[in-house]
Amino acid sequence: MHDLHTGQWVWLIPVLPLVGALLHAGLGARVIAALGDKRGRWLVGAVATGLVLASFAVSCVVLSDLVANGGEHRRALAGLGPGGSTPDWIKMGTVHLRFEALVDPLSMLMCLIVTGVGGLIHLYATGYMATDRDYPRFFTYFNLFIFMMLVLVLGSSAALMFVGWEGVGLCSYLLISFWFEDPENAKAGNKAFIVNRIGDVGFLLGMMTVFSLFGTLSFRAADGTGFLDLAEHGRTATAALTVGSATLISLLFFVGACGKSAQFPLYIWLPDAMAGPTPVSALIHAATMVTAGVVMVTRLSPIFAQAPSAMMVVAAIGLFTAVLAAGIAAVQNDIKKVLAYSTVSQLGYMFLGCGVGAFAAGMFHVTTHAFFKALLFLGAGSVIHAMSGEQDMRKMGGLAGRIRVTHGTMVAGWLAIAGIPVFSGFWSKDLILNSALGAPRYGLLLYAVGVGTALLTAFYMTRLMAKTFWTPQRFVEPHGDKGHGGDDGHGHGHGGVHESPRSMTVPLIVLAALSVVGGLVGTPWANAFEHFLEPSVASRNLIVPHEGMPAATGLLVGALVAALGVGFGLHAYRTKGKSGFLADERTRSSNPLFIGATNLWYIDGTLSRICIGGGGQLADRVWRWADRMLIDGAVNAVAWVTGAIAEVVRRTQSGYLRSYAVTMLVGAAVVVAWVLGGSVRP
Amino acid sequence: MLTDHLLSALIFLPLVGAFALLALFPAAPEAAAHGAEPDPHAGPSMPGGRAAAIRLFALVVSLATFALSCVLLARFQMKAGYQFLETADWLPMFGAKYTVGVDGISVLLVALTTFLSVLAIGYSFTVTKRIKEYMAFLLVLESAMLGVFCALDLILFYVFWEAVLIPMYFLIGIWGHERRTYAAVKFFLYTFAGSVLMLVGLVAVIRLVGSSDLSALSIPGSELNDKLQGFPAQSLMWIYASFALAFMVKVPMFPFHTWLPDAHVEAPTAGSVILAGVMLKMGVYGFMRICLPMFPHQAMQSSGLFIALAVIGIIYGAVVAAVQPDMKKLVAYSSVSHLGYVMLGVFSFTHLGMMGALLQSINHGVSTGMLFFLVGCLYERRHTREISAFGGLKRSVPVLSFFFLVALLSSVALPLTNGFVGEFAILQGSYLSKTSGPVWTAVAAIGAILSAVYMLWLFQRVFAGPASKEENRTMPDLSLREKLVLVPLVVLVFWFGVAVTPWVRYMEPTITAPKLVRPKAPPIEYIALPGMDGVRR
Repeated sequence: MHDLHTGQWVWLIPVLPLVGALLHAGLGARVIAALGDKRGRWLVGAVATGLVLASFAVSCVVLSDLVANGGEHRRALAGLGPGGSTPDWIKMGTVHLRFEALVDPLSMLMCLIVTGVGGLIHLYATGYMATDRDYPRFFTYFNLFIFMMLVLVLGSSAALMFVGWEGVGLCSYLLISFWFEDPENAKAGNKAFIVNRIGDVGFLLGMMTVFSLFGTLSFRAADGTGFLDLAEHGRTATAALTVGSATLISLLFFVGACGKSAQFPLYIWLPDAMAGPTPVSALIHAATMVTAGVVMVTRLSPIFAQAPSAMMVVAAIGLFTAVLAAGIAAVQNDIKKVLAYSTVSQLGYMFLGCGVGAFAAGMFHVTTHAFFKALLFLGAGSVIHAMSGEQDMRKMGGLAGRIRVTHGTMVAGWLAIAGIPVFSGFWSKDLILNSALGAPRYGLLLYAVGVGTALLTAFYMTRLMAKTFWTPQRFVEPHGDKGHGGDDGHGHGHGGVHESPRSMTVPLIVLAALSVVGGLVGTPWANAFEHFLEPSVASRNLIVPHEGMPAATGLLVGALVAALGVGFGLHAYRTKGKSGFLADERTRSSNPLFIGATNLWYIDGTLSRICIGGGGQLADRVWRWADRMLIDGAVNAVAWVTGAIAEVVRRTQSGYLRSYAVTMLVGAAVVVAWVLGGSVRP
Repeated sequence: MLTDHLLSALIFLPLVGAFALLALFPAAPEAAAHGAEPDPHAGPSMPGGRAAAIRLFALVVSLATFALSCVLLARFQMKAGYQFLETADWLPMFGAKYTVGVDGISVLLVALTTFLSVLAIGYSFTVTKRIKEYMAFLLVLESAMLGVFCALDLILFYVFWEAVLIPMYFLIGIWGHERRTYAAVKFFLYTFAGSVLMLVGLVAVIRLVGSSDLSALSIPGSELNDKLQGFPAQSLMWIYASFALAFMVKVPMFPFHTWLPDAHVEAPTAGSVILAGVMLKMGVYGFMRICLPMFPHQAMQSSGLFIALAVIGIIYGAVVAAVQPDMKKLVAYSSVSHLGYVMLGVFSFTHLGMMGALLQSINHGVSTGMLFFLVGCLYERRHTREISAFGGLKRSVPVLSFFFLVALLSSVALPLTNGFVGEFAILQGSYLSKTSGPVWTAVAAIGAILSAVYMLWLFQRVFAGPASKEENRTMPDLSLREKLVLVPLVVLVFWFGVAVTPWVRYMEPTITAPKLVRPKAPPIEYIALPGMDGVRR
């Protein structure tokens, strides 16, 4: 492992946003009070955004240093304490955990995404949240989230990753229920936290299994004793790493990934999470946090790669989730819900990639998805802003010419996610699908379902665009005095459809540019991305993702499928003629697939009924029957019998009941003890 | 000089303070007249100046005691074995001596006791009913608890153990809420029944080995301890059971927990804090000081039962907590769950699990203490603990809700809070253990999900949603005094969460001293963590 020149700067990457969070929490409200509303808010927003962008700058410097001086493995450890020191966190028995960063291509890639896309979304939020009464609180949580996310990706041990893992969950909870006055938002926050906790327990148990086998939780160590170092050589601390152990560890961690990255059956929290402000949806529930599961699986790829059945589970769950969610996305009417289910579906793709051994392809999709999905969410936020809080696409239409920047940038996002050639999503999706075809088992099945899902994706995104922008207007012009409901929780004095302020459109434009060209770093002919990431993923002697067919053929099929999906969508939602889907959607209720999809395949409802309804009732019975009647009943019965006996005694002895009872008990005890002690004398 | 009698000074300073309080402020006629007032929070019952003087006096005494415990912490040497030993003849007819001393296990519990006592007294400034007696009882209670943790003679230990009950009985019975008499009597009789059982075991041990010297008996490999091990295993099992039952009631372990919710709900806030923060730890301490070193074989043999009860307690306490309509009861049942973790750590027989158990005992004192203080703050503002009476408080009392959030995060063991460190060590120790192992650990870990369920749901119902009631919209936020009580707890939450190592240093030498976990002739192969040998794979 090499030393970096910039090693003593790494700690600044997470700490800068943390400083922001502390500043906003402590001083934000006071600054706004002192400087006046406008200038105060500007300052808070500028500090929040500026610190994230500063963190981005440091990340860039460290990355360039890593590429130049990281050596063959491009790997270095750096302290996360002040000035690059390495403070102890927990030193207890054989557990020794430190605040330390693992600097390698995977962590630095994620740092760039988190701080880069995160910085843009912070900028956007300064506009979107401009008039919210809890502006400082919002940026406290938002900066804290960036900090936690950076700890997650940088942590040099599974335990430190877990700090970030639960930390981002906390921020997600706080931000989903940001507008806490609506109980539904608070409930959505709870659901997110609790469902994530189920995954977290998997992570925790996986971590403990790792510790019991490897005696350490560090990923990598300079002397090659990190658990990934050992696993790469097929070893544990004392013996060979068996397939069984690798499978157990992989599956436990994958439970964690299913929670955080919203995979079946733990995906149910993500659509509800849209209750948070739209920048939150873009940053946390699309671009960064929800991809943490993919990052984690990739980080642990040396272990996953040695557990073929676990890999199969990853691929199968990923693909199943992708189909399931794409189906639901195709029938949703809330613009954010479409994007939410779309995110679930795209995350499924990423896991499909990991599951067939193409970890780099999975991470490539994480990257491109961060661009285009953040863009689409921010675009949706801009639409909602323009519509003064309306999120229902049935009440939109005809917006294309009225919010031109939003429309133009969202077109780029739409083409990217649909997989139209040269746009970023085209390359990453193709890489995953082609690797799926080359999977050792069930390759063709994985491929076919994956392609079908791609078709569906292109269709539902076209539907979203058409219903929002291109179909005839279906709303009454809002007036200036109209109250605001829904997501966009602020009232701006000017009514009517309007383009968003500069602070919101600039991030849209930058993300649109990235969505267009961002995929060019990972073309099959010159895959700089995969090459860059190579040192971080399972080494080639463990697993080699196969290409199922020549790259050009794969790309051609991908392009055709995307074109087909888009074409079908455009046809179905064409503006002329009355037989289009738009008119039909309300009457198509006889189609069982349509009914199933609109009812979320009955999964969410069933799980909620069992867990919340059933569980609540069970808990209530346990309390009322087992605890109060049985256990406490027995206690009180003993007391009652004692009392009854004492009552008899009292008649003969007339005196203080309690003192008699106590004296008797003590006396009896001493006698019994004396006899017991005496009888066993050897 | 100070070091020679530091522990005695520490133990008896609050007691002396209590008597001084009674002597300095003789009963005023108007105070007596108000003694029968039913509502403890009703208007002032004595002239303001006198009440303020009493409060201040009690606070100063508790602060001085806390300062002494800081001296203790500063002078404590990070090594195994008893320190600050003091011994004197006491009851020669029983061979009992006055012996006190601390080691790595008790020193932190002593500090926790003095720390929480300061906060409890500082919080109780709003109590107006018979303020002098109230403060005196709190101080007597502090002395008794410190005595339990320092006593190194079995009879002395028992005396302090029972002495704890009396002030707590009166605190619940006089300053408690509606059903205080029922709760106080139940608390007293239930835990007393347990204590009497312990008396049986105690007398038996003294009869067997002819000494009550706990400082030797609790050291495996000492002459007295070896002598004890020489007696028939079956008799030792009975004696062990008598101790264990007493401690189980105190912890409390499922199914001996039902006194706890009643006592908590009816106790005044400071009583609940001390009860949960310190008194429950007396049971844990009993297991670590007496049951494990004196009866290692029996403890090992019974470990299956205890692990099962601990894990049942974790899940059961959490499940029942979730459906409580009363905030205080919810926190009380959550204690049952948390103490389940602690006992799982103890009976994992691993260094990691033991250290985790001790840490979590302290963490629970901090986080649950905080929760009880906050529930007390809410009660004082609304005179109800019904969760359904609240809602939307985040807007009206943002500072209070921030503190509540911190306590919540600590309670659900979020990393970087103290709760995580303890829970992680316990679960990891239990995972590695041969007595519990991965399966029990996995079941116990479900408690982490359930804790999020009951705490977040509580938080949602109290702090989120619309503030539909006028009293909730206009509720005053925390006063400066309340903040001063809570801030030290927040500091500890993050201190233990981020940099626990200095605290671990106190306990590590004692717990990893091979003697505690590894007796002379282990019946089953014991687990030694260093080097990972002997650990289940």
